[in-house]
Amino acid sequence: MITASKNYELESVEMRQVYANTLMEMAKANPQVIGLEADLMSAISTNKIIKEIPNQLINTGIMEANMMGVAAGLSLTGRIPFVHTFGQFATRRAFDQLFISGAYAKTNIKILGSDSGVTAEHNGGTHMAFEDLGLARLIPNCHVYEVSDSTMLRYLLLKVEKEHGIHYIRTIRKNAVKLYPENEVFEAGKGKVLREGEDVTIIASGIMVAESLKAADILQQQGIKAAVIDMFTIKPIDKDLIVKYAQTTKAIVTAENHNIIGGLGSAVAEVLSEHCPTPMKRIGGKEQFGQVGKLEYLKEFYQLTASDITSAVEEVVMSKKD
Amino acid sequence: MSLDTQKLELFRDEIRLKTLKELYNLGFGHYGGSLSIVEALAVLYGKVMKIDPENPNWEERDYFILSKGHGGPSLYATLAAKGYFPEDLLYTLNQNGTKLPSHPDKNLTPGVDMTTGSLGQGISAAVGVALSHKLAHKDNYTYCIVGDGELNEGQCWEAFQFAAHHRLNQLVVLVDDNKKQLDGLTKDIIDPLDFVEKFNAFGFYVRRVDGASVQEIYEAIELGKAQNAKPIAIILDTVKGQGVPYLEEKADNHHIRPSEADEAAILSAVAELETKLGKGVKG
Repeated sequence: MITASKNYELESVEMRQVYANTLMEMAKANPQVIGLEADLMSAISTNKIIKEIPNQLINTGIMEANMMGVAAGLSLTGRIPFVHTFGQFATRRAFDQLFISGAYAKTNIKILGSDSGVTAEHNGGTHMAFEDLGLARLIPNCHVYEVSDSTMLRYLLLKVEKEHGIHYIRTIRKNAVKLYPENEVFEAGKGKVLREGEDVTIIASGIMVAESLKAADILQQQGIKAAVIDMFTIKPIDKDLIVKYAQTTKAIVTAENHNIIGGLGSAVAEVLSEHCPTPMKRIGGKEQFGQVGKLEYLKEFYQLTASDITSAVEEVVMSKKD
Repeated sequence: MSLDTQKLELFRDEIRLKTLKELYNLGFGHYGGSLSIVEALAVLYGKVMKIDPENPNWEERDYFILSKGHGGPSLYATLAAKGYFPEDLLYTLNQNGTKLPSHPDKNLTPGVDMTTGSLGQGISAAVGVALSHKLAHKDNYTYCIVGDGELNEGQCWEAFQFAAHHRLNQLVVLVDDNKKQLDGLTKDIIDPLDFVEKFNAFGFYVRRVDGASVQEIYEAIELGKAQNAKPIAIILDTVKGQGVPYLEEKADNHHIRPSEADEAAILSAVAELETKLGKGVKG
């Protein structure tokens, strides 16, 4: 178990800087690493790479479908393409390209889908992906991650560089809450237990991990002891850990900045229904599209706050006693 | 390079014969669009491409991507003729568990460089390969056949813009302009207008040739390579069912499940090609 800080302070470094810096570092160390952007270099800070090593960052212009195919072609010759665009363009828009030229053809493409869910803020409903994890999860042999802080993002980028296949990493662009020490290690298919508790388990990903920790603090004052798991590895998911905590706490709440259909909540429900039926509640987007707004407003509107998690926990703990 | 036209025409005949036998054996398939690219495949695999059939994944090879994946049967016939795999494999086309699916799968068939069939996607992969070679200062060429109907797909035009911008002069796009797509004539469905004008406007070196002439196709490729500044587009003036007059004239010839009359015509074409190649009729 990791003892996460209880300050829930934002990191000093933005996730986009971590992506750009790590990609630059990987590209300098390995001439086969190549970044691809569809006119969002300045959004994710990779413009500094094109200035320094122009042959290892290609701006395709606004053509995500072609970008995904070019990435597949680059990988045919042994290059390791890292493709970035906003999550909805990487999945909704270029889904068939990702599916056929990517996974079905068994090419080697690493995808960073940024601006996850409500963190797209002022870009609004057209840009607010609540379904990218679900889409990526439907692709056979596609590895799907949602990162929760900069230590994890950097670790996973370095890790996927060395693994052949299609890897989709979902992230926010700005500052995350600091959760992990810099030397932390992560494993695909292994969730991180951030807090122990006997009464309920909150399984979260991305920005909802910090909200879940805050909820656990509130719940503790009410005498409810909540375990908190950072399930950054959406696929493969940590079946054993989910079953173990379902058996010990006998109640589960999932929390995600994504539609409750298709993403983390669905993945956990699938595990539970097959292996250990357990009362559960899912926090996340419902039958809703995105909209413009500030992050705090959007988190309240879509019921993605610590307080919403607390209420869901109270409900599920009550139902356990029925 | 000089061209031994007669030798190349024999190779073309061999590909056409194997394609017909392969499809006839299956009992149905994409005859039209497989036969219209036979001459182009003969020129590529018989003359211009740097390949090693003994070592399909040779790193120094030229790449070929059949973006119009439904032409798979004639690509397989070509690969068999070149010795990538035994001819018998052709007669497993589309059978359960086969290594030869109707649309090419690079993970199943020796010599297939990219999985295609979802139209518009092969050309992007070809552009990625050509870009990779250019960035590495390697002189390998990437060849890609796209269909005229396939060019309905917007992704193709994304790829062409990208290729021209990056001056991918080692990319050779061959457009199989057979003027028909599944539902009818391309000009009635989405009029392609003038491909030469369009590719010119998109920054390509472009030539239109008789797609049934190995000589013209070969010369156009060599001329394109000599200009050394732009990606190359060769518009192949072809007909669906090319080289088999009966099939050329058949109106609905995209995907055929032969009738008795069709069968007789196909078998007679097979016999004719076999006689020409001096192999005698094979059962």
